[in-house]
Amino acid sequence: MSATLTMPRPAAATNPAHDKAERAEIDASTRLPVVLFYGSAIFWLLVGSLLALLASLKMNNPHFLDQWGWLTFGRVRPAHLNAVAYGWASSAAIGTGLWLMARLCRVPLRYSKLVIGAAIFWNLGVLLGTFGILAGDGRSIEWLEFPNYASGMLFVAYGLIAVWGVLMFRFRQPGHVYVSQWYLLAAFLWFPWLYSTANILLNFEPIQGGAQGAVNWWYGHNALGLWFTPIGLATAYYLIPKVLGRPIHSYYLSILGFWTLALFYSWNGMHHLIGGPFPAWMISASVVASIMMFIPVITTAINHHMTVRGNFQALKWSPTLRFTVFGAMCYTLASVQGSFMAIPSLNVITHFTHYTVGHAHLGLYAFFTMIMFGAMYYILPRVVGWEWPSARLIRWHFWLVAIGIGVMVVSLTIGGILQGLALLDPGVTFMASLDYTKPWLLIRSGSGILLTAGHIVFAVSFCLLLFKVGVKRTEPTLFGSAEDRQPEPLNP
Amino acid sequence: MNRMPVIVVGIFLTFLSSWIGLVAYPYLTLGRFTAVTDEATGDINPPTLSGLAVRGQRVYASAGCVYCHSQQVRQVGFGSDLARGWGARPTVARDYMRENPVFLGTMRTGPDLTNIGARQSSAMWHHQHLYQPTVVSPGSIMPSYRYLYTTQKIQGQRSARAIDLLPPDNPPDGYEVLPSAEAEALVAYLLSLNRNYPLPEAPEPPQ
Repeated sequence: MSATLTMPRPAAATNPAHDKAERAEIDASTRLPVVLFYGSAIFWLLVGSLLALLASLKMNNPHFLDQWGWLTFGRVRPAHLNAVAYGWASSAAIGTGLWLMARLCRVPLRYSKLVIGAAIFWNLGVLLGTFGILAGDGRSIEWLEFPNYASGMLFVAYGLIAVWGVLMFRFRQPGHVYVSQWYLLAAFLWFPWLYSTANILLNFEPIQGGAQGAVNWWYGHNALGLWFTPIGLATAYYLIPKVLGRPIHSYYLSILGFWTLALFYSWNGMHHLIGGPFPAWMISASVVASIMMFIPVITTAINHHMTVRGNFQALKWSPTLRFTVFGAMCYTLASVQGSFMAIPSLNVITHFTHYTVGHAHLGLYAFFTMIMFGAMYYILPRVVGWEWPSARLIRWHFWLVAIGIGVMVVSLTIGGILQGLALLDPGVTFMASLDYTKPWLLIRSGSGILLTAGHIVFAVSFCLLLFKVGVKRTEPTLFGSAEDRQPEPLNP
Repeated sequence: MNRMPVIVVGIFLTFLSSWIGLVAYPYLTLGRFTAVTDEATGDINPPTLSGLAVRGQRVYASAGCVYCHSQQVRQVGFGSDLARGWGARPTVARDYMRENPVFLGTMRTGPDLTNIGARQSSAMWHHQHLYQPTVVSPGSIMPSYRYLYTTQKIQGQRSARAIDLLPPDNPPDGYEVLPSAEAEALVAYLLSLNRNYPLPEAPEPPQ
């Protein structure tokens, strides 16, 4: 064990030409699967954004498009959640995870046709599931609304992908195992177990209602904590040192962060049911585990911060780093907020309110989605062989979504606290608790427009890159002019 | 940490611990309830749902009511659920033994529905509310569920199932608004929501 942790280096590290050829071979082997997963992810991001906007506008004006069952609020909202969770976030996670695994294990992605088949199957599953919810087949089990005909397809597709991820690790080149690889391996092993258990017990062979809530939130929280979070952290652990060209601050902090996350995150689920009809020890265990999450979160925050320290000016030039560091900072913010929300005296205010919705977007969007944008800005030029055509489009993308998500989280937080305090006081009518939220829900719709606009800009940028529009560049697309960036060369 | 077996075993064991605690344990305990007979009244609690109410439960899931309405009453000292009159006692796990899926909920854009059948026991009220929520609940942002109703020409006599509506929602002269089978089922389910019966672990508090 070395005191610092660097990317794995091949034995022939002294030979840059060999290195470069090896990287090119790996990138070429992942080209189609990565482009397919990323392309479909961006498609689902647009679909999910429109569904979200529709749901949000319906809260401002319940008469808006209320004549069809297909577009009723109670279907559009879960259709949004599932389209972004499985269509966008999971597809982005799989594309990133497979590429990172191949690069870090220094093995090309073999038999990529099977992975391409899995990508097609996955997308068909998301399509069927989303239509199923809108058609009225949704199960109303949060995070698991997809009807069985769709979730079965997702499971088969994911099983194939997970096997590929694990096999790449199994046949890695000898040498150091980097922290990102632990997270990737764990995510590929946890998610199929999680998804199959929850779907069997809730949808295929449903257990009694009294036990369903616990399984539901064990799944719901772990989908975030043991699937999206490890992929997001693996990506941040890879991209931050890579772009800055310096090693991660501390190997020991990485180990501590990983194992405490594995142990504590998996026990968080019941904090979604505080006050509910469950044995006190189950709720208490989850509250304690939620508080213990301070350990992995602060550990990871210190590790990332100390790695970037002294190089913050690089955020001005590198799109990848700007999105990734924004995401990594929001990981800390969302997790600390989550730990506090599990404290019963605060939970009694925020539970059952829009505050929770704000928290969910801080986690899945400001943390995870922003890091996935960072990964796409880094990975796509390498696999496609074409640099991003316009720094201006990237800048627009960043500011639209950064401001959009900021406004959304702040408005839902304030609206949620006002709602929660009103609900807590039996002297305040229920209708007053609703009235408090109305102006903040209107602002939330405004933030949704910003986010959707940002996603459209990103989709345009992606298409320009994919179809190799413009002149061929040899240097990566960065913000600012070359003179401004001197003397801080960034790792290409 | 360079050895695959160490990492894989660790990944497996940490996750297994929560699988045992939060999945297997509730499955073996909270998932094995039986109904109890009230010795004083002879009632079986929690009561079985009628076939129509079971179909209504599916309509409730399909329409996504759970995204705005919870079905759980928390204890005194944790929220104002009882003070708001949402139930006579806190709910316990056995109350949900017949629910599939369970609609505990995580959001209260609308009020809790654990005992809505006791609070609003008129089928007509529910139909009017579903058809146009603001008429019976001013300020509500609940959407209209009029897609569950059909407007048709009155054939001879006005149907007994037709719902009474005030302007501007009332149908033109000579027409009537009828609930679909789904609307009838949904209302039957809503009317069945009454968990104020006593259980050994949750006796109804003296009024």
